[in-house]
This record gives sequence, C-alpha cells and structure tokens, in this order.
Amino acid sequence: MRKNKRSVPSEPEQAAGNGLLDRRLFLTGGAAAIGNAAVPNTARATEALPVEQWMKMPGSPFTVYGQPSRYTSKVARIFASAPGTTGTGTSRTPHHMLDGTITPNGLHFERHHNGIPDIDPEAHRLLIHGLVKRPLIFTLDALMRYPMESRIAFIECAGNSALLYQKDPAPLGVQPIHGLLSCAEWTGVRLATLLEEAGIDPRAQWLLAEGADASGMSRSVPLAKAMDDALVAIFQNGEPVRPSNGYPMRLLLPGYEGDMNVKWLRRIKLTEGSTMTKDETSKYTMLLNDGKSLQFCFAQEAKSVITRPSPGLAMGAPGLYEITGLAWSGYGRIAKVEVSADGGASWALAALQEPVLPKAVTRFRSPWRWDGGPATLQSRATDESGYVQPSRSKLIADRGGRANYHFNGIASWGIAQGGEVKHVYA
Amino acid sequence: MSMRNALLAAWSALAVGCGGALAEGPNLGKPAIPDEIASWDVSISPDGAGLPAGSGTPQQGEQVYVAKCLACHGEKGAGKPNDQLVGGQGSLQPGQVPIKTVGSFWPYATTVFDYVRRAMPLNDPKSLRDDEVYAVVAYILRLNGAIAENDKMDAQTLPAVRMPNRDGFVRFSRGR
Repeated sequence: MRKNKRSVPSEPEQAAGNGLLDRRLFLTGGAAAIGNAAVPNTARATEALPVEQWMKMPGSPFTVYGQPSRYTSKVARIFASAPGTTGTGTSRTPHHMLDGTITPNGLHFERHHNGIPDIDPEAHRLLIHGLVKRPLIFTLDALMRYPMESRIAFIECAGNSALLYQKDPAPLGVQPIHGLLSCAEWTGVRLATLLEEAGIDPRAQWLLAEGADASGMSRSVPLAKAMDDALVAIFQNGEPVRPSNGYPMRLLLPGYEGDMNVKWLRRIKLTEGSTMTKDETSKYTMLLNDGKSLQFCFAQEAKSVITRPSPGLAMGAPGLYEITGLAWSGYGRIAKVEVSADGGASWALAALQEPVLPKAVTRFRSPWRWDGGPATLQSRATDESGYVQPSRSKLIADRGGRANYHFNGIASWGIAQGGEVKHVYA
Repeated sequence: MSMRNALLAAWSALAVGCGGALAEGPNLGKPAIPDEIASWDVSISPDGAGLPAGSGTPQQGEQVYVAKCLACHGEKGAGKPNDQLVGGQGSLQPGQVPIKTVGSFWPYATTVFDYVRRAMPLNDPKSLRDDEVYAVVAYILRLNGAIAENDKMDAQTLPAVRMPNRDGFVRFSRGR
C-alpha cells in the first residue's frame, strides 16, 4: 500500500495503542498543530473582554505567612482518625490536584500514633546512648551549629495503596488510595556525624529511634542505614519542619518506609539486635500465603501512579491530553516509566521531567489523544537497579493478598465512553 | 600561634587520636550521665533487658484492664471500638481471614510491656505504675492462653513467655 504522506502532515508518531503519542511531542511543538486540528472553529465572542473588579481597587495587605487562594480550598488533605480519637490515624496528600514533585508542607501526608505534640524547642533534647563510648545530649541550638545537608526525598507509608490488596477495586481516587506519599526537601545534620561524635561501640548493629509524642513512637533501624544517608532533619522545604512532620526534628531515612522516619526525634539508642517494637512486629510485617510474615522490609520498591487523569477528574471533550503522574523507588533513581492506554496490551515510554533524583519522586508525562472511547490507563516504573514494577496480579500471586503493606503493583484507571474515570483492576 | 591555629592543631590531634575517622562536627553534644538517661531509657529488648522492678498477676491485671482498657478494647480484649487483643489463633493459616492479636501474632511478650508502658492508655499514656503494667500484660497474656492463671509476670518471667507466633516471622531479602 502506498503511504499518503499528505493526509497526515502534522500527525505525531503513535507510541502505543489507543492514542498514546511519542513522549517528545510536547517538546517538538507538534502539540499545537494537532491541538489546533482538534478544536472546532467555534463562533467568536461578541462582547469585549471585561476589566474585572480586582483591577479597579487596591489589593489585600501583606500577611506574615502566605496562604493559598481561597478558590483552592479543595486542594486539601483528607484524614481519618481511629474511633474515639482526633489525631490517631492518617491524612493524605491530594496528588490529583498538585503538579511538580515537591509536596507543599501543609499538604504532606501524616501518620500519627497519638496526635501531634506541641514541643517547646528550648526544652527538646536529642539523647544518643546505648552502645556508644560517650552518651550525648543535643539541644536544637547545638544542632544548628552543625554542618547541614539537604536531601530531596519521598516518604511513603508502607500502608500506602494497601486497598489494592482487596479483592474488588475500591471506588476511590488517587488521594484516598495513594495519598500516603509525599516528597520534600529535607535539611539537617547527618546522623553519622552525631553517632561518630558519641563513638560507636563495634558491637552495635542497630539503633532504636524514638519520638517525643504521646505514643513514644519507636522503631529499630540498621546502623548501616544510619551511617549511609540518614539525616536528623530540622528543615522541610526551607522552613522549620512542621509540627505535623516532627518539629523540632525528625529522622529522615531516604527510601525507607514512612514509619521508620521517626518524628519528634528525642532518642537514639545503639543496640546489638533490633528491639522488636510494636511497629516492627505486630505492624509493618507482611503476612504471606503460608502463614509466615516477612519482617524488616524497609526500602520501598519502585512504584508509579498516574495522578491525571484520575477518578474525580472527569474527562472533557475528546482530543489531546497529558497523562502525568509520579514514580519513585527506595533503591535509587527511576530509570524509565511506561504508560499504557489499553490496560497493558501496549506501552509507550513517558518523558521523565528533570531532575530525576535517587529516592525522590520523579514526574512523568505522556501525550495522549483520547478518541472519546473506553481506555484503561496504567503506568509502570523501572528503577536504576533494573527492578520493574509488577502487575497487581503478579504481586498478589507472589505475596498473597493478606500482606497489607508495601503494595507497589500497577494501578489502573478505567475511562468509560463519555469520560467517567474509575478505579479498576486490569 | 593564633587562637584559630591552636584550635585547628587541637582538632587535628584529636582526629589522629581517633584514627582520623571522626566526621567533622563542632562536638557540641553534652555528655549524658546514667542518672539522666534512666528516665528516658524505656525500651525493652526481647531478652528482657530494660525491664523494671515490680510484678503483676492476671487477676490483678483484670482490675486494671476493666478500669483503663475495656472502653476501647472491649470485654476480655475482644476488640471494638479499637484493636482486638485476644483470639485469632489459627487465623494466619493459608486461606483464612487473618485476625492479628497479641495472642495470634505478637512474637514477644516484652513488646506488649514496652508498648503499654509508653503508649497506653491512649488518653492518659505513661500513667500506669510498673506493677500495673506487669499486671495488665499478664491479664492479656492469660486471656490468650500464653501463661497460666497464677503466673506472676516480672523482669525474669516475662521474657521467658513463649508467644504462640514466636516462629512466625522470616527476614525480608530483596527478590524473594
């Protein structure tokens, strides 16, 4: 068959089935051409554009701390607390209404075990003891004198996306299903610096990290991780860590499950073995098919989620859309993200937005021409270790459906004829 | 020699003395003495290290439980509105709906003591005396069949309790 070149002069390359286009489309300028082609030539407005009220009077005065627009009040966390409590549970980040990679501090997800303590920084102390040569006490003022480092790192609760272990797809969207994930720039003192000042006893293999909240949240951490890239974080996205994220200081263990990044850090005890706290035995262990439970699964495996389109954001008219989302791995950088519009039958490479940082979220984007018909959107991340995000069915075949934690399988959004977007299994 | 040079010389002597492994820092940690540490050092190891003096029996624990725990954890640890503490043994087996309780899931009795003392009751944490903690832990262990009616829990007996799911855990390794 002879190709008719003239009939598709601005048609971009199809990268995969059901309308997925080459990831370089937006960079090469082809989008304008096909965007224009898709827009019907509607009648022109007959009235002059109005000059609005806010251009005819002085604006509002300065404030000491900026707040979002009152028109964006729906860009907010959602939360649930345990029966009879007001601050014991989780709040979730509205990724379907955000873009970029950094989570604003007021929207960072939370998991509290007995509310947020109101800590006076003058009274707060960090104690380092146990298997050390010199037990030491640090004040916040003292830590402020230490050399600091910044790390852009995601924190993800190990229970994020756990709803996908369920037999049937929960009729929910990005925020309630995948909202226990956030990413921030954390700045603080390397924990290794403080441990070396205390002098590490060679018998020490673990440390216990404990918070100053009412639950005394505590977790055991391998000493090797502490010496590698752990921070005692004092700043979050440039400002003092928020109370809801550990003010005046928290432990940051890049890539490790959220629970281990102990907030309101008050004590580090070096030990030979793990302490077997509540949260490393009765919680954060994965029950397998055979009745045994996996313990000490710390790093979050490679994962990705499409944030737009997603449930709650109805599609408009058929035409060009950007599929975008987040990808991350606790084992390093994201190497590639693939996107499918036909439930995994075919895949197109998504564009990865710079910077692509280790143990941070990476924003991916993929141009898609939606024809108005049914589609099933999926994303699949591969990290620099070569690990590929598994399908939901493979993950459950390997691990069973009772593990509750560390769900990193592929999630699917179904788009119906007419544009309704739903959580589906595919 | 200027003050700065003197400090630098002192610092490099220190670094050499420690094999040069010291990370650079201003060394502003204040030495902590054991008396200061004691009130904060509340974590309990599986071998019982850190357990305080004191003791309690299931019978004594029932009174504590009824007064302080029952409203959230239900009659005899049956759960509701909050976590179920008793029962579920056998529910981890293949094909079952798992009911994770102290009796069916928790591998160490020391963890129960550690957690109750630091975190419970939720509306008044750290209010129980050590004797009361031993007693209420004994009561929960008794309800789960892990100890006998007249067993007294203390720093020696608690770590020796063999929890039903003690061997139920395997260490994660990537790729499994």
